Amino acid sequence: MYAVRLWSTRHARVLERVYELVNPAVLGGLRALDKMFGAKIDRPVAAVEAAAKGFLFDCKMCGNCVLSRTGMSCPMNCPKQIRNGPCGGVRDDGSCEVDASMRCVWVEAWAGAAQMRGGAKISELEGWVDHRLAGSSSWLRIARDDQ
Amino acid sequence: MTNDPKPPRSSIEPVNEIASDAVAEPEQPKAVPFGTNPGDPLPRLPGHVSHGRFERVLRAGHFALTTEIAPPDSADPNEVLNRARLFDGHVDAINATDGSGANCHMSSLAVCAILTRAGYSPIIQISCRDRNRIAIQGDVLGGAALGVSNVLCLTGDDVSAGDHPEAKPVFDLDCISLLHTIRTLRDQARFQSGRELSAPPKLFMGATLNPFAPPYNNRADHFAKKVAAGAQFAQSQYCFDIDLLRSFMTRARDLGLTERCYILIGVGVLGSAKTARWLRSVVPGVHIPDGIIERLEGAKNERREGRNICIEFMQQISQIDGVSGIHLMAYRQENWVGEIIKRSGVLGARKPWAPMHDNYSAQPLNPPQSQNKPTPLEPAAGPDHTLRETKTLQETQAL
Repeated sequence: MYAVRLWSTRHARVLERVYELVNPAVLGGLRALDKMFGAKIDRPVAAVEAAAKGFLFDCKMCGNCVLSRTGMSCPMNCPKQIRNGPCGGVRDDGSCEVDASMRCVWVEAWAGAAQMRGGAKISELEGWVDHRLAGSSSWLRIARDDQ
Repeated sequence: MTNDPKPPRSSIEPVNEIASDAVAEPEQPKAVPFGTNPGDPLPRLPGHVSHGRFERVLRAGHFALTTEIAPPDSADPNEVLNRARLFDGHVDAINATDGSGANCHMSSLAVCAILTRAGYSPIIQISCRDRNRIAIQGDVLGGAALGVSNVLCLTGDDVSAGDHPEAKPVFDLDCISLLHTIRTLRDQARFQSGRELSAPPKLFMGATLNPFAPPYNNRADHFAKKVAAGAQFAQSQYCFDIDLLRSFMTRARDLGLTERCYILIGVGVLGSAKTARWLRSVVPGVHIPDGIIERLEGAKNERREGRNICIEFMQQISQIDGVSGIHLMAYRQENWVGEIIKRSGVLGARKPWAPMHDNYSAQPLNPPQSQNKPTPLEPAAGPDHTLRETKTLQETQAL
């Protein structure tokens, strides 16, 4: 939901704290489940992730999650899906070039990052999206990759 | 055969070796020397990444001028050449736009290929809107093979801005990941996939810049990402607000970006107050303060006032520390480009190089590769053509 998504970026510091607190436990739990059930957990975990991040961030389940590096503003909500924004088309009032009824995702992202302790990560270069991962869980990918 | 005292007439002799005239037969057909064709690349100077004139002008410390050509809605190459001719002797490079405003036109790659053949120094614009990473990397190699030395990376306007709003937008990459991709092609001779190239594209890489749109305070930080991704020059959106530009440049200087990237600021020629209103409402990212529009409305001759405004901005911009040049966008006012540049005086006595069209043989030839001597940049350069200090562009860090 648009209003919740705006709230999330405007409370990026709070969400960052929650993320830092919860993340180790979530990843630990996912690793335990992964050991027990393997690939069977892919779809249920993706469904939970889609519901949670869909509510908070209008997550599009790209499978390449960078929320913690983009001020808690999901770049896939940008009509151009820019990973290193903003583009040059932002309107004078900070709304989106394509959809004037929406705040620019990246104006919000830089503002969100300014609140965050790890906000400097927004200055690092983001790569390109791996479109094969669409629909899959970023949480599980991180849990499996970081083992 | 091997004992024949005469030199062989075969064409397998290396072209670069200038054979001594004494042993050559008078009527022997000579291989065409390097540099005869106006589209032949110049020798690449030490420390330069490209063969192009544009990089030479900037690295020599000159205040540079670029403009853009509107690719025609036509399949006739003469329309491209006729438009380019208007800029002869006035600009250092010509941007060939890539479906600007998401409107369909002749492709940037084709315009650049036509221009390089005539000896021009085009900048190929690559937008992420219409092609994915496979198509773009192919075009980069193709462009470089056709003699293009400069590339401007941009994200691109959305399809909704143009004449085919129902089209599928691609946006597989963005400006910054596109820069990084091209730098990988050039510096590591690899595709994004890691597959190797046998010859990398020698391109001078540029990025777009818009200090005139929010978030104003983060625009320089965002520009820093572009420089980190490989941008060596930058061309900005129209500047109609000198204060916003000054604050952006201050921040860019503080971040050390003006030492690592040549910044060219965009200026525009407004035809009338009505055009200005239309431009700022329709074209994304164009910021024109009300004061400019009121000034146009109050003028007797709006077109002339539009040119005066452009010239005043060019003069003010050229005085800002860290600005390396101006990008003059004169859509549908191309006839005035020469006069505007002359009246602004920003080039001093320097006259940018231009190809000679009527008689190619009268053109000073580029030296053969074996002599390894750079061609003089500007035949008509005046006494004060070294006004600016030579800058060195530090190699940007790897990602």
